[in-house]
Amino acid sequence: MKAWMGKIKALILMGLMAVILTGCGKENLTALVPKGYGADESMKLIILTTVIMGGVFLVVVIVLAYVLIRFRRKKGQENYIPKQVEGNKTLETVWTIIPVILVIIMAVPTTLVSFDLADASDSKDHINIDITGNQYWWHFNYQDEDIQTSQDLYVPVGEKVYLNMISSDVIHSFWVPSISGKMDVNPENTNTMYIEAYEEGVYWGKCAELCGPSHSLMDFKVVVVSKEEYEQWVADMKNYDPEKDEPESAVAKEGKDLFEENNCMACHAIGSSPVQVGPNLTNFGNRSRIAGYKETTKENLVNWLKDPEEMKPGNLMTGKYPELNDDEADKIAEYLLQLKVTDVTPDSAGK
Amino acid sequence: MSIAVSESSAKAQKRSIGAVLWDYLTTVDHMKIAHLYIFGGAFFFILGGIEAIIIRIQLLVPENDFVSAGFYNEVITMHGTTMIFLAAMPLLLGLMNAIMPLQIGARDVAFPFLNALGVWLFILGGLLLNLSWVFGGAPDAGWTAYAPLSSTSPGHGVDFYVMGLQLAGAGTLMSGINFLVTIINMRAPGMTYMRMPLFTWTTFITSILILFAFPALTVGLFLLQFDRMFGAAFFDVALGGNTIIWQHLFWIFGHPEVYILILPVFGAFSEIFSTFSKKRIFGYTSMIFATMLIAFLGFMVWAHHMFTVGMGPIANTIFSVATMAIAVPTGIKIFNWLATMWGGSVKLNSAMLWSIGFIPSFTIGGMTGIMVATVAADYQYHDTYFVIAHFHYTIVGGTVMGIFAGLTYWWPKIFGRVLNETLGQITFWTFFVGFHMTFFIQHFLGLMGMPRRYWVFLEDQGLDTGNLISSIGAFLMAVGVIVFIINAIYVWLKGEKAANDPWDGRTLEWTTASPPEHYNWKQTPLIRGLDCLWLEKTEGNGKMIPAHPLKDIHMPNGSILPFIMSLGFFIAGIGFIYQTDNKLWYIALFGGMAIALLTMLVRSVQDDVGHYITKEELKGEAE
Repeated sequence: MKAWMGKIKALILMGLMAVILTGCGKENLTALVPKGYGADESMKLIILTTVIMGGVFLVVVIVLAYVLIRFRRKKGQENYIPKQVEGNKTLETVWTIIPVILVIIMAVPTTLVSFDLADASDSKDHINIDITGNQYWWHFNYQDEDIQTSQDLYVPVGEKVYLNMISSDVIHSFWVPSISGKMDVNPENTNTMYIEAYEEGVYWGKCAELCGPSHSLMDFKVVVVSKEEYEQWVADMKNYDPEKDEPESAVAKEGKDLFEENNCMACHAIGSSPVQVGPNLTNFGNRSRIAGYKETTKENLVNWLKDPEEMKPGNLMTGKYPELNDDEADKIAEYLLQLKVTDVTPDSAGK
Repeated sequence: MSIAVSESSAKAQKRSIGAVLWDYLTTVDHMKIAHLYIFGGAFFFILGGIEAIIIRIQLLVPENDFVSAGFYNEVITMHGTTMIFLAAMPLLLGLMNAIMPLQIGARDVAFPFLNALGVWLFILGGLLLNLSWVFGGAPDAGWTAYAPLSSTSPGHGVDFYVMGLQLAGAGTLMSGINFLVTIINMRAPGMTYMRMPLFTWTTFITSILILFAFPALTVGLFLLQFDRMFGAAFFDVALGGNTIIWQHLFWIFGHPEVYILILPVFGAFSEIFSTFSKKRIFGYTSMIFATMLIAFLGFMVWAHHMFTVGMGPIANTIFSVATMAIAVPTGIKIFNWLATMWGGSVKLNSAMLWSIGFIPSFTIGGMTGIMVATVAADYQYHDTYFVIAHFHYTIVGGTVMGIFAGLTYWWPKIFGRVLNETLGQITFWTFFVGFHMTFFIQHFLGLMGMPRRYWVFLEDQGLDTGNLISSIGAFLMAVGVIVFIINAIYVWLKGEKAANDPWDGRTLEWTTASPPEHYNWKQTPLIRGLDCLWLEKTEGNGKMIPAHPLKDIHMPNGSILPFIMSLGFFIAGIGFIYQTDNKLWYIALFGGMAIALLTMLVRSVQDDVGHYITKEELKGEAE
């Protein structure tokens, strides 16, 4: 008997391991492997409610299976008339009271955690980042540092970071599953949430509220770096002066000229600037992705410049600038990809 | 007798298509209106199903380009809108229309004219909405149509959404009022409230929900209509509008709406469990109060759809705990059903299989319902495939399975044929397995980082296998539905005429012919208790005692006016949509309204007192 139990235990453990290894999704994307405070707190509640409700489900299924086996009409029973039972006070009371108790067990921690996660009383003591959601990209403005960037959000590990979010157009929703649950980004009011990442690394962020054709392509990254690296990054970004930054190669120089000629500056700032019509391109060469989701390669960038609609349907860049030929797109891409202001990059995060 | 039957059926077969069409266009009979609801609902269910299959083909593999991003958003919007408003609701209204009057011993509903108006508004509203496909694109802001995405969506797609739902919603509201009045006023002698079958009870409570929930949708749609068509700024933040108002209005309607979808099938399941276990329903009174409690709480919880909106922790937790409380009455119902079967003589035919399959499926839906009600955990679930999985477990695992169960159970009463059992079981098993394959894995997809309404999921994000399994499951479900349609056509062509009481039923509807005469009973039956037919059977009568001697029956006349009136609103709807392009469309707007109002005037001044079926005619007809 014991050995049999042991085997079953081993089997369940192995099964669980298999599920955990293969079934939890991609690391730094999945909410099932939490790596931040919010995600961790949510996960505790997810486990609590799954266990309780799983228990209820088991009871229901076991009773149902028993009923079907025991009381199924068999041959020769066609004329059998069962006793007509009206009800049973005791039983009905039992299956009213027990769920009430279960609900209370779940309601108390739910309340505690939601008040905890909404508590913004100490926001003045922490890093504050203003986030603007746009169709289909994210603008990040580091309040105290005068740094603007987009798509890659750099934060220090193990520190509370407050995010104050508003939308410039339709409703978006800011979600970094491995670090924290989501918060809507509304056009009429600023929503505040905080995140605290436990481990360095690059985390996938997603837009979770339908915002148009390219809703599924509105990805971003949260780059979690050590405190020293974060300070380094802040210093490098602050010290960057676009006026003094001349490209080294001739091609990139031509690219810079084309960038200016084609009126790209009307929407895209390089360096600290209040302009946020399009993504701020400071440090563009270190971006983890092109258009938020494509690998950072020159080919992808050229394709993007030539036909953004193809890569991100419904985006607002399409048609806002003269058509580029292969050569022009290539030169601009060369210029943009050499815009690197710091050694703290998504590649270096967590290494 | 046999001669009379064959004569009348020969006469029926000889009737030209035109005559049948005219009959349905002018009918005010509750059973024929039920047919219209069921045919209309089935048509849109197939349409919504095709849209679902397009979604699952698009998500078969990562970064697929089977459809474009813009078209995909149209497909998901129309899938949701069609399934909720044009498939599930009408199919339920069809079942209610067909069965509820029979269960309370009424000859028809209280307002037959209004009933016909309701069905035509639904059909024409549904067509209007779907016309958008051919006139420049369907709505693309999701079935929830959140502003400002919906209020600023280019093209006319969302305009079609507004006008189509406004028409269909008005029809539903009428039906709700109609059913309420019918149940309150037209019960047969002896049919007290506490003797009403549970399907009638849930129809009654659902109608109350419709009465209070649909006006919120109407108001929301009006605001959206004014923003889009007449330059108002209810949802324009730059001009001081507020977009969150839409979410509140939508969910004040939308949450009761999901109970509107589930309560009627709770009633249907109660009937089926009881009939096929040969036992009275366990805890009849507590079933009713549980239903009432669910309905009442259903109005208190709408903001649980909005936990991530930023309402703050106080509002969030209040709505969270209120939502969890709904688990209690729902649990009572589940255990009462189990207790009904306990000790019974359980017959496993296809109607019963659907009902038994419903229990674990819906329990999972309820279980994940509690999970998404848990505020801080919902920050992870919200707007992901977890939520998609959850509400498909309740709407497909509950409502759709309930519709299949109810249709299978009442098919003989509605269409006069018993569905083929083998095909019925094939439908059940393919659909049931396909359903769990499609949606169970989606719980995990959501938590693994896949938000809902995603046109593509990216490569190498660990989402490939789950989506593939999900798509295969969807195809299986489609097979199940196709087999059901084959079944329906097969029994229509080859099936035997159904007996009056093929299941050894317990309730009043099984005492009429299958299908019933348009006056239902020659003599209104006298009701002596709960499960009144079963009562008569156990006391050896086998049939109902008439409440009065044979006398003339007063029945309403058919009328084409409901159709014309709906057509007027339909034309006006098109006028509303296009007047922003060209002022000439005001002709359609005012013309359509004129048709509708004139028809109302005709209806008001016309003295139509209906007709009588005389005693002599009734005597002459076969017993």
